[in-house]
Amino acid sequence: MPDATEEYPNLESVPLDAPQFEVAAKNVKRTEYVTFAAFVLGFIGFAAFGAAYTQNAPTYLLGLTIGLGLFFFGFGLVSWGKYLMPQGPFSEPRPLMETTRQEKELLKADFTSRGKVAIKRRSFLVKAMAAAGGVFGIVAAFPLIRSLGPLPKNSLMTTKWRKGSYLTTIYGDRVKPSDVAVGGIVTVFPEDDLGSAISQTILLRVKESGPIVTMPGREDWAPDGFVAYSKVCTHAGCPVGLYEHLEQLLVCPCHQSMFNVKDGAMPVFGPAPRPLPQLPIYIDSDGYFRARAGYDEPIGPGFWTRGGTA
Amino acid sequence: MIDAIYNWIDDRLALSKSGRHLLNKIFPDHWSFMIGEIALYSFIVLLISGVFLTLYFVPSGATVIYHGAYKPLDGTRVSDAYASTINITFAVRGGLFMRQLHHWAANIFVGSIVVHMLRVFFTGAFRRPREANWMIGATLLILAIFNGFLGYSIPDDLVSGTGIRIAFSILESIPFVGTNLAFFLFGGNYPGKDIIPRFFILHVLVLPLIILALLGAHLGMLVKHKHSQFKGRGARNDNVVGSPLWPNYAAKAGGFFFLTTGVTAILAALIQINPIWQYGPYVPYKVSYAVQPDWYMGWLDGALRVMPSWEIHLPGHMIPNVFFPGILLPGVTFTLIYLWPFIESKFITHDYAEHHLLDRPRDNPMRTAIGSAVFAFYFVLFGASSTDVLANYLQVSLNVVLWIFRISCIVVPIIVFPIAYKICLELQQVPEAGKRKRHMIIVRDDQGAYHSVDSEEYPGYIAPELAPVKIEDVDLAPEIEALNTSADRPDEGIYQIPRE
Ligand code: FES
Repeated sequence: MPDATEEYPNLESVPLDAPQFEVAAKNVKRTEYVTFAAFVLGFIGFAAFGAAYTQNAPTYLLGLTIGLGLFFFGFGLVSWGKYLMPQGPFSEPRPLMETTRQEKELLKADFTSRGKVAIKRRSFLVKAMAAAGGVFGIVAAFPLIRSLGPLPKNSLMTTKWRKGSYLTTIYGDRVKPSDVAVGGIVTVFPEDDLGSAISQTILLRVKESGPIVTMPGREDWAPDGFVAYSKVCTHAGCPVGLYEHLEQLLVCPCHQSMFNVKDGAMPVFGPAPRPLPQLPIYIDSDGYFRARAGYDEPIGPGFWTRGGTA
Repeated sequence: MIDAIYNWIDDRLALSKSGRHLLNKIFPDHWSFMIGEIALYSFIVLLISGVFLTLYFVPSGATVIYHGAYKPLDGTRVSDAYASTINITFAVRGGLFMRQLHHWAANIFVGSIVVHMLRVFFTGAFRRPREANWMIGATLLILAIFNGFLGYSIPDDLVSGTGIRIAFSILESIPFVGTNLAFFLFGGNYPGKDIIPRFFILHVLVLPLIILALLGAHLGMLVKHKHSQFKGRGARNDNVVGSPLWPNYAAKAGGFFFLTTGVTAILAALIQINPIWQYGPYVPYKVSYAVQPDWYMGWLDGALRVMPSWEIHLPGHMIPNVFFPGILLPGVTFTLIYLWPFIESKFITHDYAEHHLLDRPRDNPMRTAIGSAVFAFYFVLFGASSTDVLANYLQVSLNVVLWIFRISCIVVPIIVFPIAYKICLELQQVPEAGKRKRHMIIVRDDQGAYHSVDSEEYPGYIAPELAPVKIEDVDLAPEIEALNTSADRPDEGIYQIPRE
């Protein structure tokens, strides 16, 4: 192999029968046939696409015809360019990007000297212009950014669940214990927030009857074998919708965080850092589930202003 | 007639003064240079198929009752966006093909950018004077990933909707500004009313325009610097060796454009991608089981999964868990990518000179080892995005799979680094490594002595290398003379002298 830095002889007036001008193909006739065949196949593919399109053919036919047409057309072009044109190599000079010190200085001098003539003794103009431009820059950002949406204020801290809210299904039906079998789940919302991404709550029937105490201090939060948790994963907010009754785990489908239903939805596996907030519920005198109160902490994934409650 | 048109244009733009220069532009012949071309060509496919899709897509989150060609969904409450995407799929002629073409092209676009970037990294093509172009390339990768995410989010199906929910959570995890950012982007608390039209305009106008502008800068700089090239064939720092733009490269690159689009179209024809009618419309309280983003989001999804369940609690404030894998990791990743050219010249090579000749990966073992180790890290994260699938498939507990990935993403890079380093050193000792060699055949002569002789040439063997012809020295005057004087003009132009 020639050394990379070796200077090649400058082929003054290159003879056109130099080997560099020969085509790369070993067997020119055969390569020409192959190239020709590729163009013919391309032609057939395109024509077939036209036919398929007018006949409203299924997707795979539409795609295959035009795809094969394009492929063979391209194949023909590449084979022509690669094998039936002079093999080279050819070269051209490359000016380096480095400039001389003098060139740099000249441009700088042009810029500053002309600049000086223009702004000489008018620095107050420069300052005024800068001030006006700066204010423009700042205020221009206001309508662009501020009007995009409301400020978060308190909205991440609360849900629509209130003391006395009925637990209703997505269809607006109030839920009572007989609606759910043991091991069953139902997604519930407050009546005024059906289908909400924020208020969505999962009501599980863990056992036949009797209260469930998921944590000291939550003695009357989960009556008659039922317990309700926020359905918004504390990791990244996916709906925690899979319930494994045998192990009494709620599983999030997104990154497989698992929450122990009997233990206040403590995360036992995966990246979720906090338990799902529990909604305190009771059964009213008409037999419907209602909330004792709203959630006592913000639901869902964390955010900067959420505060440090673990 | 054609002559007259040409003259008219030429007299107004003086094409013939600079045109020959352009036609003579030399492109090095190396297969690895085609990877960036794939990215460029799939971007063109994206623009064309994208325009088709915008003609039928309705970028609105408003609820409608679906009545249309796809019977299983008849009477369902869905968003305009979802309904119109179903419509493109089932009612617009060629619509499903265009959707799949667009989605496949997007995957290929991001993929080829990544591979192109690896090529540039491992051959040291980012060194002076190309540092800025490397950074533009990194920006293009970020934009491509973002735009891909926006694109598969706007049909408002169950899978992508879940992805948007995760995106909101990641945004609001940013300290100080996160919740404001998320509210401004979504127009309020999740799910927000405006998200589909906003994502749409970002996806079809804002990001493509920025990508287009940066692509122009990327290619403009490439023309200014001219291509970098591998050593050999008379390549030097101050020349470019290869084939001229006209006609060799034009034919090859033009053909390669059709090859790329052809393969993309065949993929779109045969392999289903993003079947949103099977996923169903997005409903915030519904679960989709196969929650897997497009492949280029895989490393982030994997990072979300392997991250231990930590958060930082401060008085009155918190840094949520997803901040670390969702913001910090990509932030650090791309900062390192942007700064790499400077890190390398300052701390590893102490080399600030202008380079147009490429390294082979073995020439700089430190760079190659670091690059391989870092790449291995992201590859493990990518694998971690399918922990649940793997656990199911291998019938092992999710716990085991998760811990294997948690450990691997630390251990694998540590193993890869010295191995890559050693391989580079070994390869340096082997001249002509990687080049196809001719066998030696041992023969025994009449006297019983042994000799070795070369075997026959293998097919495609390129004869001893030719010296490059300086393209500006190619003198066409005799040819033009001959063309003008001879009565029967030869079919074969100057570029068609067949080998005997
Ligand atoms: S969103 Fe539930 S595990 Fe990540």
